[in-house]
Order: sequence, then C-alpha cells, then structure tokens
Amino acid sequence: MSALREGHAIAVPLRVPRFGLWLFLLSESMIFATLLSARFILQGTYRPAELNQALGLAITLILLTSSFTANRAEIAIAHGKTSTFLRNLLATIILGILFLIGVVAVEWPEAMHFAPPSSGYGTVFFTMTGMHAAHVFSGVVILSLIYRLGRRGAFGPGRMWGVEGAVKYWHFVDIVWVFFYPALYLVR
Amino acid sequence: MRAFFPIGRGLLGGGLGYLIGAGMIAALRGQGLTAEPALAVGYGLGLIGWLLGVGMWEVWVREWLGWPVHQEEDRSWVRYFRFTTDHKVIGVQYLVTFLGLMLVAGLLAMLMRLELMRPGLQLFSRNQYNTVMSLHGIMMIAVAVATIVGGLGNYLVPLMIGARDMAFPRLNALSYWLVPPAALALLSTPWLGGFDSGWTAYPPLSEANASGQVLFNLAFITVGLSSILGGLNFLTTIAFLRAPGMTWSRLPIFVWSIFATSILSLIATQFVAVALLMVLLDRILGTGFFDPARGGDPLLYQHVFWFYSHPAVYIMIIPAFGVILEILPHFARKPLFAYRWAVGGFFGIVGLSFLVWAHHMFTSGMPSWLHAPFMATTELISVPTGLIFLSALGTLWQGRLWLRTPMLVALAFLANFLIGGVTGIFLADVPTDLHLQDTYFVVGHFHYTILGGMIFALVAGLYYWFPKISGRMYNERLGRIHALWFFLAFQATFLPMFGLGLYGMNRRVADYPSYLAGGNMLVSMSAFVLGASFVFLIAHLAYAWARGPQAADNPWRARTLEWQTTSPPPVENFPILPRVIGDPYGYGVPGSPYAWIAVAGGEGE
Repeated sequence: MSALREGHAIAVPLRVPRFGLWLFLLSESMIFATLLSARFILQGTYRPAELNQALGLAITLILLTSSFTANRAEIAIAHGKTSTFLRNLLATIILGILFLIGVVAVEWPEAMHFAPPSSGYGTVFFTMTGMHAAHVFSGVVILSLIYRLGRRGAFGPGRMWGVEGAVKYWHFVDIVWVFFYPALYLVR
Repeated sequence: MRAFFPIGRGLLGGGLGYLIGAGMIAALRGQGLTAEPALAVGYGLGLIGWLLGVGMWEVWVREWLGWPVHQEEDRSWVRYFRFTTDHKVIGVQYLVTFLGLMLVAGLLAMLMRLELMRPGLQLFSRNQYNTVMSLHGIMMIAVAVATIVGGLGNYLVPLMIGARDMAFPRLNALSYWLVPPAALALLSTPWLGGFDSGWTAYPPLSEANASGQVLFNLAFITVGLSSILGGLNFLTTIAFLRAPGMTWSRLPIFVWSIFATSILSLIATQFVAVALLMVLLDRILGTGFFDPARGGDPLLYQHVFWFYSHPAVYIMIIPAFGVILEILPHFARKPLFAYRWAVGGFFGIVGLSFLVWAHHMFTSGMPSWLHAPFMATTELISVPTGLIFLSALGTLWQGRLWLRTPMLVALAFLANFLIGGVTGIFLADVPTDLHLQDTYFVVGHFHYTILGGMIFALVAGLYYWFPKISGRMYNERLGRIHALWFFLAFQATFLPMFGLGLYGMNRRVADYPSYLAGGNMLVSMSAFVLGASFVFLIAHLAYAWARGPQAADNPWRARTLEWQTTSPPPVENFPILPRVIGDPYGYGVPGSPYAWIAVAGGEGE
C-alpha cells in the first residue's frame, strides 16, 4: 500500500484533476468579478481621457496572440511534436513577459501622472491591472516550469496533463483581460 | 525530537521569508521591520517559506522541477507533525488544532465575561477589551468554519463514500498547513497594537486603527484560501471517488452536507478575501476603495464582506445539520425521514444564501428600498431550514430512541437551534431589527445558532465518531454528565442575553449602564461553568484516547460504510473497496442490505 499512500501515485482518471482545475478557475473568477463590479460601483463608466489607447490595444493583442500560441503548443504535444510544442510554448512565455512589461513598466508609470492609486479611477485601475498582472506572472512561472519539464521529455501524447492544465489556466487569465480591457479602456 | 523537524524547518523558512520580505521593503522605504508595507510583504514571503519548509518542497516543488520525489513513509505518531497526505491524519490534525484554538478563544471569552461581570472598567482598557473581543470573534469563526468540515469531514467523507483518500491528497495537506501561520499571526496581533474592529473589520475603523489589523486581514485571507482549497477537494472527491454502487441517492446525509458546504466555500470565500485585500490596499498603497474623500464608499465593504460572510454562517451550520441528521437515524433506529427533502433543503439554503446579505445592513444607511426585498429573502430561508428541521423531527417520531451521549447532544442541538432560528426572525424583520441591531439580542441569537448549533453538533459528532477515530471508547457516564452540564450551562449563559439586549445592552462595548448589572452577573457566572464544561470535555476525550477501553469496530451497530472497517481504519481504509447496494438508513426495514464488504464476505449491517 505504500505506493498508494503517495498522493501523486494514485492513478486517477484525468477527469478528476480536470474537474478540480475548473472548480479552481470558477473560484478565481469570483475575485475578478468582484473587482469588475467595484469598478462600476465606485466610478460608474468614467475613464480619464489620458489613457494610452495604443498601448492598451497593443498589450491586448499580445495577450490574445499568446493564447493562440499556447493552443498550438498543446495541440503539438498531443501529436507528439515536441519541438513545435517547445517553440510555441516559448513564444507564449515571451508574449506573456511582453504583456507584463507593457503593463508594469510602461503603462503604470504613465498612469501615475493622471490617475495615481490615491485617485478614484487610479484605485480601480491599479488594483484590477495589478491583480491581473499577478495572475499573468504566475502563469509565466507555470509555463516556464512546463517548458523546463518539456525539454526533459516529460510530456507526450497521453501524458500531458501538466501542459493541458497550464494552458487552460493561461486561457483563463486571457479571458479575464477580455473583460477588464473594455471595462478600463473602452467604456463610455 | 525527530517529530518536530519539519515544523522547525517550517518555522525557520517562515522566519527567513519574513526577514527577507520585510527587510527588503524596510530598506527600500527606510522604515522599521514592522511597518505595514514590510509586514504585508514579510507575511507573504514568510507564508511561502513556512510551506516550503514544512514539506511542500519534497512533496511538490521537486516534482515541478522534474526531480525525483521521495516521500517518507512514517506510520508512527510522528506523521501527525508532518506534511502527511493521509486524509485521516489530516482530519485529526484539523480536529486537534481547532479544538486547541477553541480553548484559547474560549479563554478570551472568559476574560470578556470577567470584565463584563460588573459595570465600569476592571480588567481592560476599552481598546484592550475590543481586541480581546475581536480575537475571540475571529478565532471562533475559524473554529466554526473549519472544525466539522476540516476535521470530521476530512476524516469521514472518504470513509463514508468508500474511497481510499481525497481526490487531491497533497492539496489537502496544504489546506491544513496554511492554518498554523494564520493562527500565529492572529495571536501576535496584540504586540502590534491589536485590532479593535471586530471580526467584521468595517472601514473606516479598520483603515485607521493599529497595525494589528494588517495581520488580521492577512490571516483571514490565509484561512479563506485553506477553506477554498478544502471545498474544491471535497467537491471533486464526492463527485468522482465514490465506491461502486454509491449513487448520489445512497450518499450518507453528512456527505451531502459537506458537498453543499463546499460549493459555498469554493464560491463565496473569494469575496471576503477581496474585501480584506481592498482594506489592505487602502492602508498600504493609499488606494481609496472605502474612503469617500478618494472616490470610495465604506458601504461597498459591507456589501462585499457580507456577500461572503452571510453564506459563511451556512458554511458553519449546514455540516452541523449533516452531523445531526447522520446521528439521529442511527440512534432512533429508523430510516432518515424525508432524505431527499433534507438534501433539497441543503441546496435551497445554498441558493438563497447569496440573496440575503444586506439584512446585516438595515441600519447602515443603505437605500431603504433595499429593506423589503432583503427581509423577504431572509425569511424565505426558513423554508429550506424548516425542511431539514422537519426531517430531524420526522426521524425521531415514533422512533425507539437510544439515549447515548451523541444522541443526547443531538437532541440538545435541536432545542438550541429552534430558539436560535426563532429569534432570528426578529432580526430579519426590519421594524424589530432597527431596535435590536448591535445589542446583546444579536449576540444571544448567533451564539444559539453557532455555539448551540454548530458546536453542539461538533460535540455530538466527536462522541459519535470518537471510537472510530481513536479506536477507544469514552466513558458513557461521564459523557452523559457532560452533555447535561453543557446544555444547562449554555442555556443559563445565553438565554439572559436576549433580555439584556431588549433592555438596551450594546455589543462590543466594555461597559454598560448599572441597571443591567444583575443579568450580566448571571451571564458571567454561567459562562464560567460553561467554559469549564469544555475543559472537562477535552480532558475526558484525551484521557479516553490514552487509557479508554478498546472500542468495537461498530459500537453503534450503524450501517454506514465508515463503521464497516476497523477502528481506527487501516491506511487504505478498506482492504478491498466495498460495493454499495442499498439505502444507508434502512434501519428496521426487513431485508434491506447496504453494502457488500469483501473482507467480511457478507452483507454490511
């Protein structure tokens, strides 16, 4: 029974971790739902005219593209094409880092001028982008670990739950931005 | 000494993490190590350091890095002090930790009653009293949320559904090991000026008071995370790991109650985490969520907070109903009455619990057109609750009651919960609530539901499953004496509170007008007797665990699966998984088998 005792050694069907991941994402989405409603409750549909629309559009496109490459990576490993998998995974990681740089290093210093965190809009803007960026960062870390494992040949057709889970999480973080971007940049 | 190695390493990791995090921030901002930003970052890194040290490194991180994982197999008592993945060990860890917390928080209650014994200030300053009151509140909330679910639930759910373990054993261990740092943080708040905002932590007070508030918020969020992960684990376990033949309609009612509760903790807990996070951001980064001068709204906090914290009271009480409905059929030797309606009642409560939060805010200044709808939805809750209560009464009806200790405590639960429920109506009704809000009537009401309800159910469950968990039997005579003592002292403590509240005694205040002195003296005296009954309970169970007579595998002749294995169960729970073929509560129904147990080679029961 000793092998049985070690949690990871119990052979459970894939639907078990898959269901657990969906529950986790459901739970996480409540955080973002709260922040999203707080934005409208506190600020209505107000947004400052100074927002850098070009930057907002650019980082949104970057993040959406990263979901595409993540999907390519998942499909590639399902077909056993390890090098395509690694290439697309690396592209996803780089796009994720670009997004983070766009938010934290470019957008935030700009926003500090017209909407500092102590202002009404700055409160929701920095909290929402910050909470989302923290999730993107964790996604980048997870994908990097997957990349490292992938290079050691840990994944292949039929043994790719790690890839599937990480990519699902990545899509989730992306979808959150699909709600946050219009709420912060486009509402009128 | 070996036993404390992982914990020592965890403390070392936690301390290092705190020093690195707090030191970094302190150096950047030129402040001390306990300034609020340093405190928050230090706590975060400290938590990670603690978890890595206590066992996550071996069990998890090595796998993430692609290194071989070697986990120690330890079957001695040392496993209770490790990052063990066995659900039975984790259940006992939860039970012992939270019973310990309950004693500490109970001691704080004794201090409060000592202060309130006479009008005027004797023991504390007003601020100290409020910190003691807040600590008592939050620790008891944690006890109420986690002891049945984390303790009894972890131990029993896999056994009851015929599984070998939870779906995510390592996540289960993580849920438990998140608790000690949170407890440590709470207990260290007095050295940071305490926090005087109660367990509800309303701004603006919670954004203006001493730095203890920061630790409170961080600890609350940590316990919340533990509760979310636990809920996720239970839902997956119950959905996928049931033994062959264990259909949804054959689930023991306790398992149903944990399932319903887990939905609530999975979905609702995030809201309180966000509300507390917003307070932290307001304090540390200067955002303006709850500050009108910076575009915020203090009422927003109350809305978000109660959107979790009202469902949270059902996180406390639904598992309590589960324990009671589980015990009643075994001791009435009758099938559980209206099983499906009781399950429906659980889910009715789950659904309605998200629609009632603003009944905590009738006097907060929210728009008055919100009063009537929230009053209506709140009163509607009595329908599913009534279904559950009637299921209990119907099970007792014409039963042949076997009045052993668990049953006595279960009957006491029904009496208490009736009073708790009926007094709730006056708080749900706007006209009466305007008078009763923030008085001892409220204190009496929620102690009748949480202490009289949840804790009584916990005690009933402890007696009922004690032989299974410990393999020993408690002393029946001492058990009965305790049940009576507990029940009477509880009534004498909390029944007078309704009267005190009606006569205008305010909650959360260290002092009161002298005309209330008589009632308060009675409450304080009874409270000390009640407190002693808990010490007696713990001492009795600890003694029985060490010295009690060996328990039979199935001393209650119960039908459910956990009683069909040895006491205590082996590591793998069942040598061969049972196959379920009937109704768990078919007592007295001729020819009604429940399960095939391969070891016995025959039918269960």
